[in-house]
Amino acid sequence: MRNEVTHWTLAETCRHLEAGDCCSVELVEALLAVIAERDPLIHSYIYLNAEEALDAAREADASRAAGKGGRLLGVPIAVKDVLNVRGQPCRCGSRILKGYTAPYDATVIARLRAEGAIFLGRTNMDEFAMGSTTENSAEGPTRNPWNLERVPGGSSGGSAAAVAAGEALAALGSDTGGSVRQPAAFCGCTGLKPTYGLLSRYGLVAYASSLDQVGTLTKDVEDAALLLSVMAGRDPHDSTSLDTPSVHYSAVEGFDLRGLRLGLPKEYFEGGMEWEVERTIQAAIAVCRELGAEIREVSLPHTALAIPTYYLIACAEASTNLARYDGVRYGYRTPDAADVETLHSRTRAEGFGREVKRRIILGTYALSRGYYEEYYGRAQRVRTLIRRDFEEAFRNCDALLTPTTPTAAYPLGERVEDPLRMYLGDVYTVPANLAGLCGLTVPCGFTKELLPVGLQMLGPALGESVLFRVGGAFQKATAWHRQRPPFPVAGSAR
Amino acid sequence: MKWKASIGLEVHVQLATQTKLFCGCRTTDSNAPPNSSVCPVCLGYPGALPVLNREAVRLTVRTGLMLGCAIRATSWFDRKSYFYPDMPKNYQISQYAAPLCEGGAVEVEGEDGIRRTVRLRRIHLEEDVAKSLHIGRRSGVDFNRAGVPLMEIVTEPDMGSPDEAFAFLLALKRILLCLAVSPCNLEEGNLRCDINCSVRPADRSELGTKVEIKNLNTFKGVRDALRHELERQQAALEAGELLEQETRRWDADAGATFSMRTKEQAHDYRYFPEPDLMPVRISVEERESWRAALPEMPARRCERFMQEYGLPEYDARVLTADRAIADYFEEAARGASNPKWVANWMMTEMLRRMADAPSEAWARLPVRPAALRELAELAGRGVINSPTAKAVLDVLFERGGDPVAIVQERGWGQISDAAAVGGLADRVIREHERVAADFRNGKAAALQFLIGQGMRLSRGKANPALLRDELIRRLGSRSESAG
Amino acid sequence: MEQPQINVEYVARLARLELEPEERDLFQGQLDQILSYFERIRQVAVEGVEPTAHTRPVYNVFREDEPTPGFSSEVALKNAPSSADGLFIVPRIVETS
Repeated sequence: MRNEVTHWTLAETCRHLEAGDCCSVELVEALLAVIAERDPLIHSYIYLNAEEALDAAREADASRAAGKGGRLLGVPIAVKDVLNVRGQPCRCGSRILKGYTAPYDATVIARLRAEGAIFLGRTNMDEFAMGSTTENSAEGPTRNPWNLERVPGGSSGGSAAAVAAGEALAALGSDTGGSVRQPAAFCGCTGLKPTYGLLSRYGLVAYASSLDQVGTLTKDVEDAALLLSVMAGRDPHDSTSLDTPSVHYSAVEGFDLRGLRLGLPKEYFEGGMEWEVERTIQAAIAVCRELGAEIREVSLPHTALAIPTYYLIACAEASTNLARYDGVRYGYRTPDAADVETLHSRTRAEGFGREVKRRIILGTYALSRGYYEEYYGRAQRVRTLIRRDFEEAFRNCDALLTPTTPTAAYPLGERVEDPLRMYLGDVYTVPANLAGLCGLTVPCGFTKELLPVGLQMLGPALGESVLFRVGGAFQKATAWHRQRPPFPVAGSAR
Repeated sequence: MKWKASIGLEVHVQLATQTKLFCGCRTTDSNAPPNSSVCPVCLGYPGALPVLNREAVRLTVRTGLMLGCAIRATSWFDRKSYFYPDMPKNYQISQYAAPLCEGGAVEVEGEDGIRRTVRLRRIHLEEDVAKSLHIGRRSGVDFNRAGVPLMEIVTEPDMGSPDEAFAFLLALKRILLCLAVSPCNLEEGNLRCDINCSVRPADRSELGTKVEIKNLNTFKGVRDALRHELERQQAALEAGELLEQETRRWDADAGATFSMRTKEQAHDYRYFPEPDLMPVRISVEERESWRAALPEMPARRCERFMQEYGLPEYDARVLTADRAIADYFEEAARGASNPKWVANWMMTEMLRRMADAPSEAWARLPVRPAALRELAELAGRGVINSPTAKAVLDVLFERGGDPVAIVQERGWGQISDAAAVGGLADRVIREHERVAADFRNGKAAALQFLIGQGMRLSRGKANPALLRDELIRRLGSRSESAG
Repeated sequence: MEQPQINVEYVARLARLELEPEERDLFQGQLDQILSYFERIRQVAVEGVEPTAHTRPVYNVFREDEPTPGFSSEVALKNAPSSADGLFIVPRIVETS
């Protein structure tokens, strides 16, 4: 069972549980065995909830025997360390939340729990979701299961690596500027960033409030649709959650893309992309064309402004969202501070890592007296221009096809102290967050170094169904998403 | 040289909501155990999000409408960043760029009896911070108060003296009570003020250097701090010194203000729109329906009470100071044959008995306004005497009911029937012939004895005025001197 | 338009981050580089363009003024690094800036 479970999708697992092919306890035990074998190399998890998960599995099996249901009854799911799960630590990959135990469930967690899901453990991440490599974690880096010398991407790198390595059936992540889609692409997973407001942010530790969205990392599009169906819907605890009618998302139907107009934003293809990535993306576009989609070129003229706009807004919001970590009510506190300012400054100096400090300083500056209009104010206006670009593009097409990342996974350590270069890697993912769109990445091939490449699909706000149709048809026509990294893995853990 | 002062106030008013501004925690008083009314939102927990209390918005707009403010069609919240241990998130959710209410004014009557207008700049909504207590060399923080809704009323620097600032606060408090938007309990810190003030030569128009004084909890504190601070500024200017723009703190025990920080050290609050909250839009229809539900201004109501019910100014002021009392009185006085009778009962018995009760108690009183009107009628027309009337009121306070029924049920009715009282007078004269003779012979004081005997015989129920008349009629009218 | 110079020391103090001198110098260099790349945003004409705070603005999202259960004080203090007598303990707060 240990080997089978690494290949199972969520939907398949549910079917096996229902058919009685296995029980939840066996499932959890099998996953724990896989984790025990592989995670010492990969380091996807930073906290395992083994005992409680087994207890929950026993309960789920009993419930099933008693005839009780639940769409995810007895199914373990991995959770990025950024979502509050009652009774578990929630440290956001940071030292500053040392000792913090979540006293409440995030709304998305409560909804999964209500359907019977089990929360097996917490996955590694860049501290407070700031980073693209999962190297900025107080718990040490996660490695890419396809090549241990490469980064898994970030910030949801632990979730992506866990799913890719078969250590999790599916995982939750969060996407503020690509933090689900980029690691999904680097690890060969399916990554969904829903429309801003479709999933509740209550209980998701905030990085940038107007951009953050919970997302999923799964083995295929069908699983993304399943998780979204369970979690979506208005939450009275989140003022920004949208009041949308409840939709049952599915990727099961539809084998072709006839009648769909798919746009290629020409600015995304004007250089900056690695040749290996471009070759793979072009092949994927050809698949979509063969499936009957009409492929047309569109223009997003303000694309070059997306990176500065994103970083100014995200860092400004983050500088205030992270002000609450001060050593007073929870988390880490510096010993022996004689006065309050020292308590604050030293706790934060010792508790936060470099990338977080850098972004807090950048964001504080962008809001400070005399600079607000020049930086934050301008970024808010340019955000409008970027949003309008997409509105215009979606007048002429149903979804956009783009690469998810300009390169495949790069070596650990390459960019960690070259922040600007790291930021530029987000060029294809941040616009969706700025414009409040939905985005999906699916595996679409490999570089010659056997590193996965992701194809990104962008849809208009609340256009998830279109993305599932495109992604679902693509995965029926291709087998890239069924590829698993060989184990033992290539490369060596240093 | 003659000097002129300019004073502006920022008044933080705790709103009368059941729950906090952004979460469902109850607003508690200072007796609640520390940190007993808190949740992830008001403790600033990771992942918690604010959701705006509808009632807090309504109460703020209601205040704005009452004070003649313009209500913004679209308003929103901003984050105001500064680090302080009493701030759960180290930013306060406040309104900076687009407050709910702008402009407006409060009419203030000075001690000289002259009315002045204090213009308002804005009224906005924000969350309160926690309370900190000193414990030896450390401090302890209680977050019960964190997140409680505060309405901040900001005036223009239109007040010219400490007394005028004091009068403004009294007038404002009266209006807030009348609107029932705040408990206005000063001991609980429901009204807190920041002052800004400056002094300039009387012949100059541009304002002098502004000094801020933070966090005053009492109206008297505001007046004292201002008296002292204006004197300090004036003395400094007279000595040829330059004043510094700064923030100061009033120490009531020392009777002086002390510098907290200068302009150079001023905070950089980094305001920006709160991304966790959506903007507020108030439609014209909603605004107008709220406007239509406004009560009368206390000052106008006071005048109307004087005219309509013939009350002396003092009584009218007392009865309009609290809207609950004014409403109660008006309901009782409406339809009374003599509203002054009702006013007298209000001014004496009712206010005395209700002295320690909160405003809301008036609306739930077992003594219904109509019952008080009845009682005032019975006593005023002499159907019952004053001790009986008070006894009836005791019963009404205890279990309500109808005064006429109470009087009948207990046989407390005053005997005002001329034949009955006449019979009583006959009996008294018969039983006390000597005293009656004394009266006939000009000893006026004898009449009091006879009235007393009559009252005793009737167990206090005889109408004393009628009894007196009947006795005099029988004893001859030589008693003018007894009048 | 000249690129404004970020004063890392001032900003770090505002953000309550005590920086080592090396860290400050490192950030100064990196942030200068980042901001110089960000200059492109200051070259765009944005006059008359409305700022976007929310991508799908909805208005009047309220909760009713009804109490909901929160934490007991034991739960509230459970995560506290230091507490006593039901209070969160910090070094003595002095009323200055």
